[in-house]
Amino acid sequence: MKILVCISNVPDTTTKIKFNEGNASIDTTGIQWVINPWDELSLTRALELKDDPASGVKSVTVAHVGPASSEPTIRKALAIGADDAIRINAESPDAFFVASQLSDVIKKENFDIIICGIESSDFNGSAVGGMISEFLGIPSVSAVSGLKIDNGTAVLTREIDGGKEVVTVPVPFVAVVQKGIAKEPRIAAMRGIMMARTKPVKTIEPVPSEFLTNIVALEKPSPRTTCKFIDPENAEHLISLLQNEAKVI
Amino acid sequence: MSVLVYTENWEGKFKKLSFELVSYASGVARMLNTSVIALSLGKVDDSELKKLGNYGAQKIIRADSDKLSVLDNQFYSAVIAGIAWKENATVIIVSNNNTGKAIAPRLSVRLKAGLGSSVSRLPISISPFTVYKRTYSGNAYAHMVIKSDIKVLTLAQNSFELIETADNSEIENTTIDVDIADVKTTIKEVQKQTGKLLLSDADIVVSGGRGMKSPENWAPLIELADAMGGATACSRPVSDEGWRPHEEHTGQTGKIIAPNLYIAVGISGATQHLAGISSSKYIVAINTDKDAPIFEAAQYGIVGDAMKVLPKLVAAVREIKK
Repeated sequence: MKILVCISNVPDTTTKIKFNEGNASIDTTGIQWVINPWDELSLTRALELKDDPASGVKSVTVAHVGPASSEPTIRKALAIGADDAIRINAESPDAFFVASQLSDVIKKENFDIIICGIESSDFNGSAVGGMISEFLGIPSVSAVSGLKIDNGTAVLTREIDGGKEVVTVPVPFVAVVQKGIAKEPRIAAMRGIMMARTKPVKTIEPVPSEFLTNIVALEKPSPRTTCKFIDPENAEHLISLLQNEAKVI
Repeated sequence: MSVLVYTENWEGKFKKLSFELVSYASGVARMLNTSVIALSLGKVDDSELKKLGNYGAQKIIRADSDKLSVLDNQFYSAVIAGIAWKENATVIIVSNNNTGKAIAPRLSVRLKAGLGSSVSRLPISISPFTVYKRTYSGNAYAHMVIKSDIKVLTLAQNSFELIETADNSEIENTTIDVDIADVKTTIKEVQKQTGKLLLSDADIVVSGGRGMKSPENWAPLIELADAMGGATACSRPVSDEGWRPHEEHTGQTGKIIAPNLYIAVGISGATQHLAGISSSKYIVAINTDKDAPIFEAAQYGIVGDAMKVLPKLVAAVREIKK
């Protein structure tokens, strides 16, 4: 079985977002770029499966759509343990474009399980995984918090309103994963970092595609009014404010 | 031309979010000068369907099939896209909940429609069609132009007010006609919480962080949530430590919620936590550290020991609920 993990390159989640002049893009000065947190968990789970010989997972590949400047993030994924990587050499104007590029790669390389994070922490689109599955006409399972392989069959746990469902789908399929898929992201060890330097990264040029959306402006969330402090000795006053001023209880 | 809204049901019933969706769809339809069609899949009776009419749905389409008993993303998307074509829908609206997130991207590809996900306001303009959506995990909002003829939108939960209108709806039954022979998803097991208010449905949420010090200290927090008719939540370290179940984790990598009232107890307010709760209408912070960043996000704050403050709040809530 071959697993593909799609990774996105995002600003570190503690970044204070600043905009460029014109407010249509972010100022990337000083930003630390990382693997999207959900993709990092996806990769961790894929590697855990590969570590278990009973799962039958032979290889874990990562794929990314981005310019050469995103190489460090790809190398990091290799250092964590991915066997090889594919970089589609293009800026990513929108999810539709990214998904069409990744679908094209998947078609050529015959992956069995494609794992995508539920969203990227930058555009919060929750889009690419589901779009890939539709481009390829294969099943997708979303909100996946558990993935194992039982006698060659993938068994997935997905979150539903107020509970969980355990489901199976035939390969190939796309798993769109969220919290719970792996406990902690795997961290690259020194040996992994050394090895990552020599692991293959295949760079391919994008296939013709289009984009359907584009961001024309960004704005900060409206600031909240300043905090009104209540004396802890007189804490019950809060309840009266919530009832009479905020009117939420 | 029409606006099609997919209204999910839970064992034949709708929730507040269903009515939010229809209210939102009505707003979009007004901007486009067209009508709203609500689509319901599965078994829902007429009286329940009619409720959608109270929020502006003019036509309510019901389709049912045994194949809809499992949420198979591919099959559901094919059904919804088929009806969108048939009804000449130019905007398709679904919730930004688990089901909506599973279906919307597939609809986008099937209909070659640009996807605007997690929108929280009516479109800024219709020409060009520009939506207002969450980006950078709530640290910024984007004006995003969707340039395709058909658009798919997912509406952030609890972001749009219910707008009631006179019911002027009719119900139409339709048959399912898709080119997909088999449903490929097989359910092996269902684990459901019963009788518990779901975090995503709760108007009031009381949430605890590491400042609660130990899992034994949760009793007054749960009491406060119960007294207020709310749900409980927690920060990431708390669920990582196993003090509370993972389902309660709110934050960037956990659940993203937008209740009317979020009470953060012993939570410092790291960026990642705020990403999950910043759309709450009111935030209350209770923390011993007056410099904790949570106070910058909150409208009301108490600098004090949760173990002393919570019982006072419980008593005060019980007093007003009498």
